[in-house]
Amino acid sequence: MIEIKDLHKSYKMGSNVLHVLKGINFKVEEGELVAIMGSSGSGKSTLLNILGMLDGADSGEYTLDGVPIKNLSETKAAQYRNKFLGFIFQSFNLINYKSALENVALPLYYQKVPRKERQEKAMKYLERVGLKPWADHLPSELSGGQKQRVAIARAMAAEPKVLLADEPTGALDSTTSYEVMDLIQKINDDGNTILVVTHEEDIAHMCKRIVHLKDGIIVEDKKIEQVRAEQYV
Amino acid sequence: MFNKDRWREIIEVLTTNVWRTIFTAFGVCWGIFILIVLLAAGKGLENGIKQDFGNIATNTMFMWTRATTKGYEGLPKGRRFEFKIDDVDALRDNVPNLRFISPRNQLGGFGGNNNVVRGIRTGAYNVYGDYPEIINQDPMAVTSGRFLNYNDIKEKRKVAIIGQGVKNDLYDKDEDALGTYIKIQGVNFMVIGTYKKNSSGGGEEGQKEIFIPFTSFSQAFNRGEDVGWMAITANDGSSISQLKDKIVDVMKQRHKVHPEDTRAVGYFDLYEQYNRVESLFGALKAVAYIVGIMVLLSGIIGVSNIMLIVVKERTKEIGIRRALGEQPWSIKKQILMESIFLTLISGMVGIIFGSLVIFGINSLLDSVGPVDMFMSPSVSVGVVTGALTILMVSGLLAGFIPARSAIRVRPIEALRTE
Repeated sequence: MIEIKDLHKSYKMGSNVLHVLKGINFKVEEGELVAIMGSSGSGKSTLLNILGMLDGADSGEYTLDGVPIKNLSETKAAQYRNKFLGFIFQSFNLINYKSALENVALPLYYQKVPRKERQEKAMKYLERVGLKPWADHLPSELSGGQKQRVAIARAMAAEPKVLLADEPTGALDSTTSYEVMDLIQKINDDGNTILVVTHEEDIAHMCKRIVHLKDGIIVEDKKIEQVRAEQYV
Repeated sequence: MFNKDRWREIIEVLTTNVWRTIFTAFGVCWGIFILIVLLAAGKGLENGIKQDFGNIATNTMFMWTRATTKGYEGLPKGRRFEFKIDDVDALRDNVPNLRFISPRNQLGGFGGNNNVVRGIRTGAYNVYGDYPEIINQDPMAVTSGRFLNYNDIKEKRKVAIIGQGVKNDLYDKDEDALGTYIKIQGVNFMVIGTYKKNSSGGGEEGQKEIFIPFTSFSQAFNRGEDVGWMAITANDGSSISQLKDKIVDVMKQRHKVHPEDTRAVGYFDLYEQYNRVESLFGALKAVAYIVGIMVLLSGIIGVSNIMLIVVKERTKEIGIRRALGEQPWSIKKQILMESIFLTLISGMVGIIFGSLVIFGINSLLDSVGPVDMFMSPSVSVGVVTGALTILMVSGLLAGFIPARSAIRVRPIEALRTE
């Protein structure tokens, strides 16, 4: 599903050059649930941004579902993001003047799905995250866990190949975190490929594979026994 | 472009900060209001001044004789001469594109003595000897009876058409003037018609004129072949200002006036005067446009500024949308449409207010009666459409820079903004 080879990325900070990713090689198969771990500054968010086509790499190859991702125009990148990727952010990033339903329907709108179909689909995904009764609520009327569930529904609405979650539980207390992880696990159970960036050990262990990043290189990449989040809920 | 979601979004964005939107809109509203009102005021002034020209054929000159100032062909300077009736035919033969040539003779004048008598009533009026064409050059509405015709000319009938003012002076209120006789300098004329001039230009004076056939005038008042002065109108396609030199030359030649004698033939070019007024209004209109558009411009800059702020405020939202896969062009379109929508709506409010003010002034003018040099200010549909086009374009321009800055931020940076 995802294949990257010798990925390099550096940022210019004034006169200094900060080499963030120093040759990453890694592969994700379909249906995997991968945790990317590392302390802050290890390059995990940068990696996720490059995977999410929000940022470009300096060198290296990146193939997503057989499509080489290189030198994309903004228009093309937007198209690919819409088609291939679903984003889940630490700060939820819901559009605050749109209701939960509208937020979920947004990626479908960019796919030019007709309004009615869009609403139905969005409602289906809201139901799946258990928020159907809150469909007409604005994000400000929802709790943190609910917001993240709306964000997950939104990420899934476009039926992407890969879900990218950047610290999905970073802004939530542990109970809510487990609820969200439970949801992510269930989505993964249905066969979706998910990448989760986190620095929390317990969250990472709820995935099926942990990739450790340190100073821009992968220091450890291991399959683990998944801890189900259900038991903590 | 016209899908419901986009419109809902535009409305949502513009109503999140209602007061800011209103203040921004006010700038544009005010600009277009000024533009409309200035144009209407200019038009009102134009209408008022043009009213003073009445519906006199403006492509007209008047020509008369004066004493010569140069000797020529053995004739002395200071000689007086008169136009003759066959000068009219000579002009027709020698100068093309003349529509009407009316030779005129005149009795009386401003402050003249009483020259018309009916029974025990008398009055001082301008009495003109005219050809029937004069009604085309100096339009009047015949209120009863008829105007002069060529049979009157041919048979030298002693008939007269009198103005409403003359009738009021010489007749009782509901007396019928037709068929009665008035005595003009001792000669009886039968009244065959009355007229009323609708131009305010003549004013009171314009209603106190008497028209009689040119030939009868010549015979009754001993003018022989003489012509007092002429009113000459050119065809619509050509201007009298260009023809007048030729006309004057023909006259000089026929009356043995030195070709360089500029004083001997006097004339007044109404068309030139009219053109001068026309160009004055052209200038006024240009000033109105410039001032209006300048004021509008500051409104537009306000819109552009606010759109920049809106974009800045929504940087994160734009980042989210782009992460979700919205095309940059779609974002640009959104910003542009918000800008155009805001400009257009506020502009329309301005146009409506402007129209209300114009309407108010008009009904005020109607109720207090006519005012000097000002009449029915108005703007044409063309101007309004023009204003709307200006608004569309300026809305587009106002949104352009903000829209560009909206998509220039990379989605990753936009998302980082807290």
